[in-house]
Amino acid sequence: MFDLDLWREIFQSMNKNRTRSILSGFTVAFAILLFTILIGIANGLGNTFQEGFADDAINAIFIRTGNTTKAYDGLQAGRRIQLKNEDFDFINEEYKDKIQYSTVRIFKNVNASYKGEKNNYSVRAVNPDHQFLEKSIMKDGRYISQLDLQNKSKFIVIGRLVEEDLFSKESALGEYINLSGIQYKVVGVFTDEGNDNEERIIYMPASTAQLLYGNNDYVDSITLGYNPDLSVDEAIAFSNKLTKRLKDRFSVAPTDQSAVRVFNMALQNKGVSQLQFGLGLIIIVIGLGTLIAGIVGISNIMIFIVKERTKEIGIRKALGAPPRKIVSLILLESIIITAITGYIGLVLGVAVLEWANPLLEDYFIKEAGVSKNIVITATIVLVLAGSLAGYLPAKKASKIKPIVALRND
Amino acid sequence: MLKINQLHKSYPIGDSSLHVLKGIDLDVESGEMVAIMGSSGSGKSTLLNIIGMLDEADSGDYILDDVPIKNLNEKKAAIYRNKFLGFIFQSFNLINYKNALENVALPLYYQGLKRKERQEKGKFHLKKVGLLDWAHHLPSELSGGQKQRVAIARALAANPKLLLADEPTGALDTTTSYEIMEFLQQLNDEGKTILIVTHEEDIAEMCKRVVRLRDGIIMEDKKVNQVRASQYV
Ligand SMILES: Nc1ncnc2c1ncn2[C@@H]1O[C@H](COP(=O)(O)OP(=O)(O)OP(=O)(O)O)[C@@H](O)[C@H]1O
Ligand SMILES: [Mg+2]
Repeated sequence: MFDLDLWREIFQSMNKNRTRSILSGFTVAFAILLFTILIGIANGLGNTFQEGFADDAINAIFIRTGNTTKAYDGLQAGRRIQLKNEDFDFINEEYKDKIQYSTVRIFKNVNASYKGEKNNYSVRAVNPDHQFLEKSIMKDGRYISQLDLQNKSKFIVIGRLVEEDLFSKESALGEYINLSGIQYKVVGVFTDEGNDNEERIIYMPASTAQLLYGNNDYVDSITLGYNPDLSVDEAIAFSNKLTKRLKDRFSVAPTDQSAVRVFNMALQNKGVSQLQFGLGLIIIVIGLGTLIAGIVGISNIMIFIVKERTKEIGIRKALGAPPRKIVSLILLESIIITAITGYIGLVLGVAVLEWANPLLEDYFIKEAGVSKNIVITATIVLVLAGSLAGYLPAKKASKIKPIVALRND
Repeated sequence: MLKINQLHKSYPIGDSSLHVLKGIDLDVESGEMVAIMGSSGSGKSTLLNIIGMLDEADSGDYILDDVPIKNLNEKKAAIYRNKFLGFIFQSFNLINYKNALENVALPLYYQGLKRKERQEKGKFHLKKVGLLDWAHHLPSELSGGQKQRVAIARALAANPKLLLADEPTGALDTTTSYEIMEFLQQLNDEGKTILIVTHEEDIAEMCKRVVRLRDGIIMEDKKVNQVRASQYV
C-alpha cells in the first residue's frame, strides 16, 4: 500500500538533514561511478579484441612458402619453395572433409586508370571462396565465380574506395578499367568491415592472373577455412598434420621454420577466447568488489544514521510509533538515498565514458560503455543493496527500548 | 485509573545489581494530580517510566485502566502508549527538524489520522497552549517555556487518559515554571489525570497529592491543599 504520509516523513527527514543525506549519498554515487567506469573500460577492451578479428574468417589457415634454411635429403639450404596449382589441388583432395573454404592468392601491383583518373592498387587473384574467407560484403554486382576461373575471364571485383577514387560518384559496375595496359570489366564492388586498405584492393580470377602475368601455374599463398565443426584443438592438430605433409612434399627439413609456413587462426582464437574469459572474470571481480564496497559503505552510513537518530526514535516510540513504522522509516530512507544517488553515479559514469571515449581509443579501448542490461541490473542490485544495508540497522533501531533511546544524547 | 502492587526494579551494575524500587504500592484515581517527590536517585523517574511503559518492572503487578501491563510486545506497548499516555519531559524532547505544529501532530500520525485532521487537531492544541502564532517555528526558535508548552500540546494531542511529566519545570525559571503549572492545573480541572515527578516543594504543593519516595519505597503519601499557580502569574 502506498503510504503518502510515510513518504512525506522520509522526504522531510532527508531534506531537513541534507548534509547527512548528501554525505551518505556521495559514497554510493562514487561507488557506482567507479563501477560504471571500470565496467565500461573493460567492455571497451573487449570490443577492441572483437573488432580485431571481425575482419577475417576466424577459422582461417594461411599457407606461405619461402627459402629453405636447412639442408635436407641431399638438397642444399637456400632453395626456393614455390606453391603451384597442383599443391592447392592436392590439399583440397587430401583433406576434403576438414576444409570448408579454400583459395589461392596471387599478389600483383597495378596502375589502374579509368578515363582521366589514375592510381596504384594491389591486385589479389583468387578463387571464389576468397569472398567468405575475407568476409567481403558485396555492395554491387557479384564476386569472382567458378565460371570466371574456367574462362580465365578479364573480370574484376573492386573495393568501395577504388570505385570512389576512379569513378567519384558514379557506379563502376559494367565499366572497363585499364590495369597496367589490360582492360578489365568490373563485375562487382565490395565493402569490408576491416580497415580501409582492404577496400583498396582489386580481385580477379586466379587463372586470369596466371595467364596474363607470366603464363605459369604459380600461386603466392593458399588460404583455407577449416571445417567449423572442428574443435579448436582438432583444428590445430589438422594444421600441424598439414604442415608436416607439405614439408614432406617439398622435401623440407621438419625443423625448417621458413620454407613452409602455416599459420592457423585457431591458435590465436584460443588466446583471444582465453583473454576474453579473463576479461569477463575481471569484470565480475570489479563488479562484485565495488558493489560489496558500496554495501559496506551504506551499512556503515545507516548504522551512523541510526545512532544519530536514536533519540528521535525514542521520542517517536514514546509517542506510540510501532516497530514496523520505525523500520520502514529507516529502511526506505536508505533505499531512496541509494537508488537516487546510485542513479546519479550511473549517469555520471556514462557521461564520463562518453566524454573519454575518443581519448580512450588511443589506448586500444573501443566504444567503452555499459549496456542497458547492466544499467538495469545495477539499479536493481542497488535498491536491493540499499534494503539490505538499511534493514539490519533499521531492525536494530526498532528494538531499542524507548527509555534507552531517550536517555541518548 | 492505575493500580500498582509490590513493584520491584533493579539495575545491573557490573557484577552486582542496584535495587531501585523495592515494593511500590500505589493507586491513582481518575482526575487526580499527583506529585512524586524524593531525593535524587530515589527512583522517581524509574517509577514514572515503568508507569509510562517506557521501561519494564522486574516483578509486581501494574494495571492501567483495567488492562494488566505485563509482557507486552513492542507493538502492543506502542498502541497503549499512543492511546493512554502523554509524556512531558524535563528536556522537552521535541524533534528538532520538525516545526511546532508538526511536533504536536506526530502522535496523531501514529494514530492513523488523515493529514488534514492532524493539522486541525494540532492547531487546536497549539492554540490551547497559546502558541498558534508559533506553529511554523522550529524548536530552536522557541524559548524553554514555549518548548515545554509545545511538548504539552503534543502530549495532549492524542487525548490520553494519563499525563506523565518528569520534572516538567526542571529546566525553567520560576515564573515560567508557574505558568506551566497553571496550565497543568487547568488540564486537571478539565479532568485529566496527571503524575508529576519533581523535587521542588512549591511545585509539589500545586498538586493535590504528594507521594514521597525514599530507599525504594513510598515513605509518605498524603493529600494536600492545592496551591493555585494563577496567583503567582
Ligand atoms: N539504566 C540504568 N542503569 C543503571 N542504573 C540506573 C539506570 N537508570 C537509573 N539508574 C539508577 O537508579 C537510581 C534511580 O534512578 P532515577 O533516575 O529513577 O532517580 P530519580 O529519582 O529520577 O533521580 P533524579 O531526581 O536525579 O532524576 C539511580 O541511582 C540511578 O543511578
Ligand atoms: Mg529523575
